[in-house]
Amino acid sequence: MAGEFGKPEVVEEEVDILIIGGGMAACGAAYEIGPWIEAAGGDIKVKLVDKAAVDRSGAVAQGLSAINTYIGSEQDPADYARMVSNDLMGITRDDLTYDLGRHVDESVHLFEEWGLPIWKIDDKGERHDGSRGLPPLKDGGKPMRSGKWQIMINGESYKCIVAEAAKNALGSDRIQEHVFIVKLVNDKHDKNRIAGAVGFSVREHKLFVYKFKACLLAAGGCVNIFRPRSVGEGQGRAWYPVWNAGSTYAMAAEAGAELTMMENRFVPIRFKDGYGPVGAWFLLFKSRATNGLGEVYMQRNQELLNDYPPYGQAATPAACLRNHMMLKELRDGRGPIWMDTVSALANLRETLSPREVEHLEAEAWEDFLDMTIGQCGIWAGENIEPEKKNSELMPTEPYLLGSHSGCCGIWVSGPEDLGAPTEEKATGVPEHLPSGWSWGYRGMTTVQGLFTAGDGVGASGHKFSSGSHAEGRLAAKAMVKFVMDNKDRKPELDTDLDTLVEELYRPVRNFLEHKDYSTTVDVNPNYITPRMLQFRLQKIMDEYVAGVATYYTTNANLLALAEKKLEMLKEDSLKMRAKDLHELLRAWENYHRILTAEAHMKHIQFREESRYPGFYYRMDHNKVDEDNWHCFVNSIYDKEAKAWTCFKRAHEDLVDKSKLFK
Amino acid sequence: MPTFVRTERCDGCKGQDKTACMYICPHDLMKLDKDGSATGHAMKAYNQEPEQCWECYSCVKICPQQAIESRPYADIVPLGASVQPLRGTDSILWTIKFRDGKIKPKRFKFPIRTTPEGSIDPYGGKPEADIAKITEPGFFVQVNGFRAGDSRELIRK
Ligand SMILES: Cc1cc2nc3c(=O)[nH]c(=O)nc-3n(C[C@H](O)[C@H](O)[C@H](O)COP(=O)(O)OP(=O)(O)OC[C@H]3O[C@@H](n4cnc5c(N)ncnc54)[C@H](O)[C@@H]3O)c2cc1C
Ligand code: SF4
Ligand code: SF4
Repeated sequence: MAGEFGKPEVVEEEVDILIIGGGMAACGAAYEIGPWIEAAGGDIKVKLVDKAAVDRSGAVAQGLSAINTYIGSEQDPADYARMVSNDLMGITRDDLTYDLGRHVDESVHLFEEWGLPIWKIDDKGERHDGSRGLPPLKDGGKPMRSGKWQIMINGESYKCIVAEAAKNALGSDRIQEHVFIVKLVNDKHDKNRIAGAVGFSVREHKLFVYKFKACLLAAGGCVNIFRPRSVGEGQGRAWYPVWNAGSTYAMAAEAGAELTMMENRFVPIRFKDGYGPVGAWFLLFKSRATNGLGEVYMQRNQELLNDYPPYGQAATPAACLRNHMMLKELRDGRGPIWMDTVSALANLRETLSPREVEHLEAEAWEDFLDMTIGQCGIWAGENIEPEKKNSELMPTEPYLLGSHSGCCGIWVSGPEDLGAPTEEKATGVPEHLPSGWSWGYRGMTTVQGLFTAGDGVGASGHKFSSGSHAEGRLAAKAMVKFVMDNKDRKPELDTDLDTLVEELYRPVRNFLEHKDYSTTVDVNPNYITPRMLQFRLQKIMDEYVAGVATYYTTNANLLALAEKKLEMLKEDSLKMRAKDLHELLRAWENYHRILTAEAHMKHIQFREESRYPGFYYRMDHNKVDEDNWHCFVNSIYDKEAKAWTCFKRAHEDLVDKSKLFK
Repeated sequence: MPTFVRTERCDGCKGQDKTACMYICPHDLMKLDKDGSATGHAMKAYNQEPEQCWECYSCVKICPQQAIESRPYADIVPLGASVQPLRGTDSILWTIKFRDGKIKPKRFKFPIRTTPEGSIDPYGGKPEADIAKITEPGFFVQVNGFRAGDSRELIRK
């Protein structure tokens, strides 16, 4: 029998491997792990916990209309590594991106086998929905590319399909849904090792304490640390999923893992208010974007790219630089920005067959219906038919992620066979941290036994749905090896059970203890609601840490203020209240957001340049400074002192980048 | 575009332990009001935090009574439009109604899956993993997608 509110039943479970999350990366791990466990003798226990239901949890809940990373037989993983590097202004780990590039298509081929419809091109060059009986990719079927790396899919059920494979592979008794993991627990005898995790059920009054040898932390990126552009009913309609609460980064940091490139953020340009994606419009429909005067600002502002050599000079300039060119228009008062859908569709009518045009017009809607349905609501509500009326574009509030077009995350061990550095050239790296880029287990963080994938792996990026799945698989394999190598180790938690329970349920106790002090339940000097905590965080980040309020600008003085305000916010997080399990979920999600936001702020403060113009500007160091900052910025968090240490790590190229600029 | 539940259509998933919408929402928003104390409608579901809704439509698509719809969010969008799906096992049918009733509603049907639901046999026909290869690149199974790459591209090797 479950406990009651404030007095939860405590469930303890020991496994060998815990998978935290049920998104793309976790589903990849769930699939790959079985056969390796079998091969290792079969007696390795695994459990997967997700705060939601795996069928629709994570960033792919709505589905997707494209697989953004498919290398194909015609491209080389090195080309992919180069593209990722340039898009992220030169600071990525080639070992991680190259490795992803050579593995990712394996996952895509499985998706198709499992039932995901992938668009194809027939012998005559015509495009077809994936349901038509053309050969699968693995047998040489030709995908419909919407860009160099992207392929089109009918992806409404993408997540359901990937989840079904993961569930059937793992078996339902090894999956625990609706459990939110709050924190990781280090090993009693080795503080740089992981031994457990604690969380609670959002359905019943049950607290879960897991002990394990290894753990995959793949709980997605971070959304809603900045004040969103819509602050009423629309605040949940963010571009990246609102339920990505920074759990990955916050829990890893508290466990002592080294983070990397947390200054990076993604500020996508999207259809205004509904966040409809623009990729297909630019790449597939060959649409142009103009300023309010009808000028193509990418041409008008071409020379701005010269300020950022070499990244501005590649065939496709880095995403942040494209934002930079748009922001110039907005700041100089030449808005709004338009996506010229009318001309794009008219032009297509001249070159395609009527059947293809009809297919494409449906695709214009499907692109949204498959991943940002709300955008269709805006089109319909504002009477917009894209062939008749153009739509506004807008840069969004910032998001933190490591799998999409961003590269913040955790510093992980890479593959050994690609020539990655084996020692560190930069000085000032704390001594207990590894020196080269590989310390034995692919995807393991600098904490023994703690692995990550997808949004969790930093300094890479552009892995997207398929790459996150593949990365989860790589980690699964490495975790099995880790468990084999640590067979006799018994995990012991460094914190006793009572203390953990006390801590997790503190928001509930705050509520029960103080709720009758005032006559309204929401205004009480003794506690803060998770909702207000989130508003406070968003206000700080927006106004001081380069949110939309300041057109993404900040400086050292503003950051110093943010630092103090975030410290007080973190102190007040001890006074979070939870009036029910749903609010307990929100309380801990927002705690994870605060830590993630703090990491982001500290890294921006440390990196004295503006590496990502268009995503954020340090106005006191408003340039890309290749001499001093062509390096990684990494950090560790001390959970006792509640303090961050930032330091540099040297950047090295494993593939030749000059090819990009020829 | 937060979701809302049509009072006369929701049957509380027939009083089962977990309702479909509560189960599926990735953000823990849908809730069954067992005794009616929150909404005045006992044994009906509601969205307990509309301003946190991602409009992912997971609940809309799964509801067996088609009781859940979504209203474009009121702080942005003019009233009157609707976007409603009907999800089958191999395709989905969308109906989009515009605010301006003179614009013909759009209807689209898209394939969603090429295999029967529940039919995935994850390891069927797949080889066993070779433990000797656990530290090498590659997965336990190869489906023609491993791109070994041109080793001359690796400049530090
Ligand atoms: C609007 C949009 C469009 C996109 N477009 C494309 C595209 O066209 N093509 C493409 O390939 N990719 C696209 N992506 C990117 C892709 O969805 C992500 O890269 C991928 O899903 C990341 O995988 P992940 O496993 O890291 O995170 P997710 O898939 O987000 O999974 C995170 C998981 O962690 C769980 N979780 C979170 N916190 C906790 C906790 N504390 N305890 C327990 N569980 C927790 C969540 O419930 C979820 O299951 C898009 C994403 C979005 C949002
Ligand atoms: S799934 Fe539909 S019928 Fe069931 S409780 Fe939810 S709204 Fe009601
Ligand atoms: S649309 Fe998505 S986020 Fe909103 S209530 Fe339904 S399932 Fe939850």
